[in-house]
Amino acid sequence: MPGRVNDVCRRYTPGGRAPARVALALRVLATLRALAVLLVLAALVPRAWGAEAGPASRAGPAPGVASSSPGPGPAPSIGSKNFTESLILADLLQLAAQRRGLALVHRRAMGGSAILWQALLAGSIDAYAEYTGTLRAQLLKGLPAGANEQALRSALARAGILMGAPLGFEDRYALAVPGALAQRLHLATVSDLRAHPMLRYALSNEFIDRVDGWLGLRRAYGLAPRSVRGMDHSLAYRALREGAADVVDVYTTDAEIAAQHLTVLRDDRHFFPRYDAVWLYRQDAAEHWPALAAAIDALGGRITVQSMQRLNAEVQLGHRDDRAVAAAFFATLVPGAGTGAHAAAGGSAGPGAASALRSSGGGAGATQLLARTREHLLLVGVSLALALLVGLPLGVLGAQMPALGRPLLALCAMLQTNPSLALLVFMIPLFGIGARPAIAALFLYSLLPIVRNTLTGLASIPAPLVLSAAALGLPRHVRLLRVELPLAARTIIAGISTAAVINVGTATLGALIGAGGYGEPILTGIRLDDIGLILRGAVPAAALALLVMGAFQLLERALTPRGLREFREP
Amino acid sequence: MEFRFEEVEKRHGANIILQRLTLRFPAGGVSAILGESGAGKSTLLRLLLGLDWPERGQVLIDGVALQPARRLAVRRQIGYVIQEGGLFPHLTALGNLALLPRYLGWSGERIRARAAELAELMALPAALLMRFPAELSGGQRQRVAVMRALMSDPPALLLDEPLGALDPLVRDELQQRLAALFRSLAKTVLIVTHDLAEAAVLADRLLLLHQGRIVQDGPARQWLEQPADDFVRRFVAAQRGGLAEALAGMAARADGRAHPGAPDARAR
Repeated sequence: MPGRVNDVCRRYTPGGRAPARVALALRVLATLRALAVLLVLAALVPRAWGAEAGPASRAGPAPGVASSSPGPGPAPSIGSKNFTESLILADLLQLAAQRRGLALVHRRAMGGSAILWQALLAGSIDAYAEYTGTLRAQLLKGLPAGANEQALRSALARAGILMGAPLGFEDRYALAVPGALAQRLHLATVSDLRAHPMLRYALSNEFIDRVDGWLGLRRAYGLAPRSVRGMDHSLAYRALREGAADVVDVYTTDAEIAAQHLTVLRDDRHFFPRYDAVWLYRQDAAEHWPALAAAIDALGGRITVQSMQRLNAEVQLGHRDDRAVAAAFFATLVPGAGTGAHAAAGGSAGPGAASALRSSGGGAGATQLLARTREHLLLVGVSLALALLVGLPLGVLGAQMPALGRPLLALCAMLQTNPSLALLVFMIPLFGIGARPAIAALFLYSLLPIVRNTLTGLASIPAPLVLSAAALGLPRHVRLLRVELPLAARTIIAGISTAAVINVGTATLGALIGAGGYGEPILTGIRLDDIGLILRGAVPAAALALLVMGAFQLLERALTPRGLREFREP
Repeated sequence: MEFRFEEVEKRHGANIILQRLTLRFPAGGVSAILGESGAGKSTLLRLLLGLDWPERGQVLIDGVALQPARRLAVRRQIGYVIQEGGLFPHLTALGNLALLPRYLGWSGERIRARAAELAELMALPAALLMRFPAELSGGQRQRVAVMRALMSDPPALLLDEPLGALDPLVRDELQQRLAALFRSLAKTVLIVTHDLAEAAVLADRLLLLHQGRIVQDGPARQWLEQPADDFVRRFVAAQRGGLAEALAGMAARADGRAHPGAPDARAR
């Protein structure tokens, strides 16, 4: 799905005012509670998304067996992806259905396209908004390259899925330049860029490497700019604003286009495929609740690219709640719909979400910090505990069998060199989104310091001591428990401490996939260019890291016997 | 406890450490194994403990061939002391002594009583048992190491350079104490050392290991009077008269009068 592959990471939740974050935090907490039980039961069996939704989940079968999915549940539920636009679209459908007397459950910010698609196939949700380009390129891979809309519809129908009329806007890749620059250089189309190789390009990393992104675009237009730099999408906007770049890639509905007065260059050679926004919904749900299909039909063609840009901007740059923004817009679509709009918000998934939203006020900051701290500690704590359970025995085993130890260390080192972001992304197909994949990634990250220090701690016990212990006639496990592990304790604790401190830092990235924690304000702060917001996550994260380090120092002192503390090797 | 080596061959890669060695250590004897560094002295002890296994031949303990399955039981029957003691730094002296007995299910009372008994035997103030190895002197550590080896009163004792790292005064004192101990305990004792004088003080039988074979095997005086070959002669000479003085000293102690240097010994 061109441009959508990283939408989870790239366009993470809205401009997040407190409400959205609290709602998400509560959702994650609920998920974590379910997770604790699941972990025990399923012991990390990779199940794409099934358990993702927590207790409210209608447990569907594994992805790919859609035909055997259960019939419609008591109330239809719809899902949204993990970015503002998707949330707003789902809010709008909820309002439209509400108007027809049908209450929808909106499962907010579930994840990326793959997750939503699988959830739809399995009947975990009944509808979600998708883009035709994503369908063609990513979700229906068997489709011929130039498949028309009819081919798309019949391919979907075979899976029991219907597609609504296009909503009226496209959200696809485009190149944009500052308006003033466009005027000065007379830039209106992508072809116009050819005459100005001196312009500096700041492109999102995922856009640069894609054949349907920069690679293909450059070839199609014969562009050869002097300077192309890859960077984070939202930081690219900032670079543009500060005059550090001239050309960026955008999504055509990005809030910043209007806010920063950017000129979107016309794709005069029709390189980028179409990305019309459409509703996908289950046929059985449409038959069971005709109002659902009617509501989807009613929204067809009603949302222009300009209005989508404005809605995104109101949430992301105006810091408003997506539900309020959707309600206001819905009122303009359907005169007289204002009254029902407010009640619709109550239908959101997560029972505590609505009440938490309204509790914003003086104490909200502290409550929020507490909630984030709890999320963060859970991420770090659970992943560290798992890493201990697995890493310590592996380290011990590796120390006993050097033939195993060496490849083991190499494997852990390989996991470690993986950029944390990449590791998180790899976890999504296995664990969905939320705390689970974050914990899995953090677990893998913690393995190296723990395995390595356990292994080296045991392997570097002086040979005479190993010999003496063996010669006493104690069996292997007694030697390990009474002699070797105590002697290696300091090194092992140092490894655990390293893992914990790294974990505290890396866990901030968990917010990218909806795991909550201190990363949330940091990410939102980066997106909104709000230093204060960034600090609200960065400062407690740093404090927690120091605290963890201090705690481990105390632990080490407490666990190290006097004899070892004063022990100096001759 | 009787030890026997039968046609034992031990290699380290291409190096032959022991060459078809056949050797018997009768129960109750005190023997010292001498030789240059790397001659395979320590290997000999490790083969008896099942810490190392021969490429060929077999090791018999009380007439029964040593098998991997029996090694833990055999190790508990043999006390083992290495240079610098090999005490566990994370445990107190008493903790070190208690390690095996506790596994064997001894009561704390029994462990403390046995430790006190051995402390008296080794002339170690009982209060020192509560200290960690790092808080003890080298000589005290070595006494604790011997005590640890004796805790379960094993029928045999193997000592690998037990006094190697001690300063001369402490070493001399401990030598006398060990010599008296070995004579009083009637255990099978094997001491590995490169110090001929020490061997003469501690053991009745001295064996010289050279190029994987035993080249001299007998009491100290025999080494002086009937050296088997030139290597033995050179080995003795390299000790700078230590052996002769040690023998003289022993004789003096035995006679209870001063006897500085026997004439025959001085001739060497």
